[in-house]
Amino acid sequence: MSYVTKSPWVIHYDGSSCNGCDIEVLACLTPMYDVERFGIINTGNPKHADVFLVTGSVNEQNKGVVKQIYEQMPEPKVVVAVGICANNGGIFRECYNIMGGVDTVIPVDVYVPGCAARPEAIIDGVVKGLGVLEEKRKALASGQLTAPAAPEESEQAEEQEAASEENGTEKVEEKEEA
Amino acid sequence: MITTIISVVAYVVLAPLVGGLLAGLDRIVSARMQGRVGPPLLQPFYDVFKLREKEDITVNNVQDFYVTCFFFFVVVTGAFFFAGGDLLLVIFTLTLASVFLIVAAFSSNSPYSQIGAERELLQMMAYEPMVLLTAIGFYMTEGSFKVKDIISGGAMDFLPLVGVFFGFIFILTLKFRKSPFDLSMSHHAHQELVKGLVTEFSGKTMALIEVAHWYENIFLLGFVFLFFANGTIWGAVIGVVVCLLAYFLEVFIDNNFARMKWQVAINSAWLVALILGVINLFIVYLI
Repeated sequence: MSYVTKSPWVIHYDGSSCNGCDIEVLACLTPMYDVERFGIINTGNPKHADVFLVTGSVNEQNKGVVKQIYEQMPEPKVVVAVGICANNGGIFRECYNIMGGVDTVIPVDVYVPGCAARPEAIIDGVVKGLGVLEEKRKALASGQLTAPAAPEESEQAEEQEAASEENGTEKVEEKEEA
Repeated sequence: MITTIISVVAYVVLAPLVGGLLAGLDRIVSARMQGRVGPPLLQPFYDVFKLREKEDITVNNVQDFYVTCFFFFVVVTGAFFFAGGDLLLVIFTLTLASVFLIVAAFSSNSPYSQIGAERELLQMMAYEPMVLLTAIGFYMTEGSFKVKDIISGGAMDFLPLVGVFFGFIFILTLKFRKSPFDLSMSHHAHQELVKGLVTEFSGKTMALIEVAHWYENIFLLGFVFLFFANGTIWGAVIGVVVCLLAYFLEVFIDNNFARMKWQVAINSAWLVALILGVINLFIVYLI
């Protein structure tokens, strides 16, 4: 029995987002979506966080900040890139100061697409992240937790991206039916 | 002797369970007051078990020692109290425990936890006079500092000490670290000090602090209980009901107030101690 999936504490960082995704992240905390039902708390402290939510692409000035927040989080930890800018740079991709998606700086576990990502998709992304969190906890408990090899990780990431994209469209369809 | 051992063991075993459940109820009630569903009742336990699964990141090895001392002396405080020991000893042990937490925060060298520690010292200055006046009040009505004598004493101490009681309820907000006086450590890390006092503690150390706070809360509610215990079963029932009411009053206050400045915390706590505490004691002295 693992408790890491029952109490994921989230830290939210705004890379260079237009605030659209940030508003949706905060919408998850409102009575409408109420993620505290799943034990999710929006903590401002990387040392207490399990899930790192990044919105917006990473730029040259804040890549150090993103790295530092990631390094301050104790294992097991999961990175969720929220919104298309955090996934690959989005419409800011070609800007002179933009490095691209969050995965250019730190390893990303779950990609949540959308502009802006819907609260349902963000919750779905965090819940997907819980599966990764559980795997990492097992690896940590058995002393096998090492940084995953880069190519393998990008494959996983692509799979997850595809999966979360599918889920995103499913969600939207459900919404339309409702 | 046997009953003393039983009550101490019961405290050590049951206090974290009851304290954790109260913390869970606190979060559900808070959520309902905000129009949300809220987490499961056992969420505080999940949080603590989760923290125990996390990697250890320690800024400074000595801080774990200080936090362990904090935990140990909080448990010892409650053990003295529930063993029927001396109230003054109980209060001084609790102060020692708080000092260990403050030293732990200072030792981490983070500006957030250091300012949190300074504010915790200010909060201690704010609530200590009222805590001492409460002990003196019990001595004046019961003629003893011993918890055993106060509990079995014939009269309900609430009646002569009504001012002291409300003064103690006032400083409970400071002790539980609820808004408007959650200066040193908010329950939510959304303040200017991140999470204040405990910003630098994570994993197992943080879990220990959480459990220590559950112990501390139960011990503080024991203080509230003391006002109503008169050796009869009815006194005990009224005591437990008032303890629960006091706890939910604190949750209510927490949800209805914004943070206030530290000047307000010290001024109001000392004013309350002076008006409710000292005048009440003076009247008891005259009677």
